[in-house]
Amino acid sequence: MSAALQNIINQPYKHGFVSDIESDVAAKGLDESTIRMISAKRGEPEWLLDFRLKSFEAWLKMTEPTWQNAHYPKIDFQAISYYSAPKQKPKLKSMDEVDPELLRTFEKLGVPLHERMALAGVAVDVIFDSVSVATTYKAKLAEVGVIFCSFSEAVKDYPELVQKYLGTVIPSGDNFYAALNSAVFTDGSFCFIPKGVKCPMDLSTYFRINTEESGQFERTLIVAEEGASVSYLEGCTAPAFSSNQLHAAVVELVALDNADIKYSTVQNWYAGDENGVGGVYNFVTKRGLAKGVNSRISWTQVETGSAITWKYPSVVLLGDNSVGEFYSVALTNHYQQADTGTKMIHIGKNTRSTIVSKGISAGKSNNSYRGLVKIAPSASGARNYSQCDSMLIGQDSGAHTFPYIDVRNNTAKVEHEASTSKIGEDQMFYFAQRGIDAEAAVSMIINGFCKDVFQQLPLEFAVEATNLLSFKLEGSVG
Amino acid sequence: MIYPDSKTILEVRNLCASVEGTPILKNMNFTVKSGEIHAIMGLNGSGKSTFSKVLAGHPDYEITSGTVIFEGKNLLEMEPEERARAGLFLAFQYPIEIPGVGNSQFLRLMYNTVQTHRGKEELDPLEFDDFVREKMKLLEMREDFLDRSVNAGFSGGEKKRNEILQMAMLEPSLAILDETDSGLDIDALRIVAQGVNQLANKDNAIIMVTHYQRLLNYIVPDFVHVMVDGRIIKSGGKELALELESRGYNWVSDEYKAASRVAA
Repeated sequence: MSAALQNIINQPYKHGFVSDIESDVAAKGLDESTIRMISAKRGEPEWLLDFRLKSFEAWLKMTEPTWQNAHYPKIDFQAISYYSAPKQKPKLKSMDEVDPELLRTFEKLGVPLHERMALAGVAVDVIFDSVSVATTYKAKLAEVGVIFCSFSEAVKDYPELVQKYLGTVIPSGDNFYAALNSAVFTDGSFCFIPKGVKCPMDLSTYFRINTEESGQFERTLIVAEEGASVSYLEGCTAPAFSSNQLHAAVVELVALDNADIKYSTVQNWYAGDENGVGGVYNFVTKRGLAKGVNSRISWTQVETGSAITWKYPSVVLLGDNSVGEFYSVALTNHYQQADTGTKMIHIGKNTRSTIVSKGISAGKSNNSYRGLVKIAPSASGARNYSQCDSMLIGQDSGAHTFPYIDVRNNTAKVEHEASTSKIGEDQMFYFAQRGIDAEAAVSMIINGFCKDVFQQLPLEFAVEATNLLSFKLEGSVG
Repeated sequence: MIYPDSKTILEVRNLCASVEGTPILKNMNFTVKSGEIHAIMGLNGSGKSTFSKVLAGHPDYEITSGTVIFEGKNLLEMEPEERARAGLFLAFQYPIEIPGVGNSQFLRLMYNTVQTHRGKEELDPLEFDDFVREKMKLLEMREDFLDRSVNAGFSGGEKKRNEILQMAMLEPSLAILDETDSGLDIDALRIVAQGVNQLANKDNAIIMVTHYQRLLNYIVPDFVHVMVDGRIIKSGGKELALELESRGYNWVSDEYKAASRVAA
């Protein structure tokens, strides 16, 4: 039975291929002139160049963090190319104008874009190596006043909105990788839901890294005005390169009074091979500011890829009665390392947060939950509930939990629950004795384990996530 | 019940098995025909639970020699799931807990997988719900059972009833009940026994592995076997169980040793 389980665990990366699209790649290295070059290439206004330069200056003074529970060789930031754009017409009006090779790439991923859009009614802002090549459903969204476009378009068309909110949740000098991103980001998504508007469809972005050794520095900014609501989906996958790729994205969310933002991620970047060679370094800063009263920000993530995942989607609960949520499934296999969790910073009165984290470790991987619950002196009546469950598969994987709790208000209520379980031979034998093979058994156990998180995903994504675990884990649990 | 036109369901010949290099089963011989109910009795460590697990294909046990023919097929060449699909059922002594996996979901996957392999129709969730609720009545199970996780937080009695429920659903040709009476109060024992008795017919067979005679008051065996040190050393009818109950096991061993000396 062990052999069967091993086979399941060791299924090769399904999305491993390189699509052959000509790229415009900058020379490796980073200094002030690189930043000026990126800004000039994108035709940016002066204030944005200033933002970049200020961030770069901050970054130069910072040191690379080493506190995370992950081990990897030191990154040479001068060996990275900071700009890569597919060579094609910058403006596309319809899908017909998109490079057919690009469309084939999406089809290989099992994400036929037009079908996806038609069936699901999802507007997909396609990001392909840092530049948006197709933006769809824009007209329909425009009818209700929703702005959903690439970050560079937003800078051109809505500069005052971008300037008003950029860096307000994650300041340029926030941390090493956020500062780096702020200096060199190339593109990303911008989403603005005006006052009182419920976004009529889920907004979705597919990210994909395509050029070997080109760092990806995506920037996402989502603003929901008073009473607005939106559900945003982010899905990622990357081709199987042998050298590591750095990905340092920044995502900022702002929710004003009574606004509601739900941000869901399925991440399946190349994790390296079974010997731990290659794979993406996923060092991401994601933070939401629940600024207004009764506002709500909810993060849901399913992290299955990357050699190293290092991210803490957080919520700053500033508005009274605001709500923050974090639902996470992190799966690691082979030599993958994940150090992920959240921060819930309670500042407003009667603020509430919920954390549900499910870590699954297989192979020789290491999976850590790291979370901070902070209750400020002003946060009277604040409540937090945290639940961190780990599941171990096999003998050589590790699961760790690092909860930090900092309570400065004695009316607050903070609960933390944790559990560790193991898929053992005896469980597998029980399934087998009932006629159920190892693969179906693993899939059922894992889906049961992750149920609380999957329930939070939009239906479309829930199916995708289940399938994803069913080939990485179906193939991945023993 | 012993039937004149019965067919052989299980034929075990000179079976030897060990765990981590230690021999547990030593030349086990055993034959079961359709319609029969067998009881295997013995003290702790006699190898009777090992025998159940070996038949079901537990990966911890290594077969060192011997043959097992199950309904004409070489059982030892079959994977555990293939054995189950072919109609061999083990009611576990300690049913495993599977937190997060709902009972109804588990039972449906189990039932439909086995049905498919037997060339029968699967049941959709609604049909299945009717089917399982009907079977649950047999074991007097509570309605909320289906919404709970598999065996998680179940009492000993609930776990054992769940095992017999699964047996009722799968209708195995050979059911092995491993210490099914352990941890049961008298009411639960009665319900479980009643369920087993209703399932027994002339086409299937049951092996009960047990310490105590108590279960045999409720499920009356056609044959009782005494297992000592990895083999069956005495077989008889149901009255043998009563004799074991009153006299203990030592006399059987002594008798066997004496007989062995005479033979030598």
